[in-house]
Amino acid sequence: MKKNEVPQDKSKMMSECRELCYAVDESGNYTTVRSTGWKAKQIVNAQAWELIEEKANDVKKKVLRGELSPIAYYMARHQMDLKLLSDYAGFSKRKIKKHLNPECFDKLDDSILEHYAKVFSLTVDELKEVR
Amino acid sequence: MNIDFQHKQSAHCESGVTSSLLKYHGVDLSEAMVFGIGSGLFFAYLPFVKVNYLPLTTFRYTPGYVFKSATKRLGIKVRSLRYRYPSKAMADIDTIIERGSPVGLQVGVYWLPYFPPSYRFHFNAHNIVVYGKENGEYLISDPVMETPVRCSYDDLMRVRFAKGPLAPKGRMYYIEKIPERIEFNKAIRKGIKVTVKNMLSIPFPMVGVKGIRYLARHMKKWPDKLGSKKALLYLGQVIRMQEEIGTGGAGFRFMFSSFLQEASGFLNLKSMSGLSEDMTIVGDKWREFALASARSCKNNEVSPELYGKLAGILTECSNMEENIFKELKKILF
Repeated sequence: MKKNEVPQDKSKMMSECRELCYAVDESGNYTTVRSTGWKAKQIVNAQAWELIEEKANDVKKKVLRGELSPIAYYMARHQMDLKLLSDYAGFSKRKIKKHLNPECFDKLDDSILEHYAKVFSLTVDELKEVR
Repeated sequence: MNIDFQHKQSAHCESGVTSSLLKYHGVDLSEAMVFGIGSGLFFAYLPFVKVNYLPLTTFRYTPGYVFKSATKRLGIKVRSLRYRYPSKAMADIDTIIERGSPVGLQVGVYWLPYFPPSYRFHFNAHNIVVYGKENGEYLISDPVMETPVRCSYDDLMRVRFAKGPLAPKGRMYYIEKIPERIEFNKAIRKGIKVTVKNMLSIPFPMVGVKGIRYLARHMKKWPDKLGSKKALLYLGQVIRMQEEIGTGGAGFRFMFSSFLQEASGFLNLKSMSGLSEDMTIVGDKWREFALASARSCKNNEVSPELYGKLAGILTECSNMEENIFKELKKILF
């Protein structure tokens, strides 16, 4: 890649932060150039976020219909699967599966909910609500 | 307790952190040199390991490898620690900084407060330097950021104990002692030797230049085997691993080229800078592959012909790289 070929594709989604790229200057020597972004990266990054959004919205609908507990929604929002949430919250996967059931969730003690709230950086009241 | 530490942005987090730590201790080696000496270039496609339900493609070795190998080959004494208790892990930062040494940390990026939101995935092999504390906040040199940043105690503890694959478990590392004389040429040779070995002769079909071909063969079959939606996701994942997560594909090739160029000066081997030019061409090929793949993702284009074409570019990359590494072996060993 030549110095003048370093991509400078700006996009709103990516932050202001520029990246450092290695490129060749006029006399054939390597140097570093800052890049404001590259569309190839932006496309695949957007693809990944679309998938996360899609999944979270699906789960959200199920939570609002009363098929799943709010934990399922925040789990999807934070790109977590059962294993990862289990690592963070300190409950077994089997237990978390139970907590995903809305009926079981309603009976849960605040002390248990606090664990989840802490993982998702919410208060217990916020955790109970999905908007 | 602040250390006069010079922040320097780099292309790849681990080689950047290593280079900055070395520089602080008086060893002036560029990021590219550290990357080469630490054998940072690697490839593996492991379809049976899934990340977010998608197969793993990796362009780097395990986290910590570059720091460990580069310092070892330079004869530098380092310490690397993992922790069970977060409070102890945090207290130890203060102790080491008090002694006048900045520390490197492995962290997860998901909860990293200053990180660009669009990069916040559960990726746990990021590296940063902590060089001081002010008003309860840690002073941080994050090699991917343009300027130094700050992070609170709680936030830093959280990212050091991020969970999931490659969990950092509070990993902290720092330089203890620099030897009186460093044998750069020996270290450079060793770094290249191991890179050549990793890319050419690990007897496993999914690793090195063979691994690139293996991915190419698999990729051709994706449209028929997986259906169009999944094929696009698989392809997008490869590009993300290649270009986003820790620089990866093309970026690493350019960095390796830069290393070969610098190293040829150290070793006084003109023929090596020719190979640097060849590696630059391979890097451009990887970029071509990324761009063509991203376009197909954007336009939802899936056809065996298109995927065959993309696989063709990969095979070309792999053939060219194989020649370069064979040539390097001939020149040096």
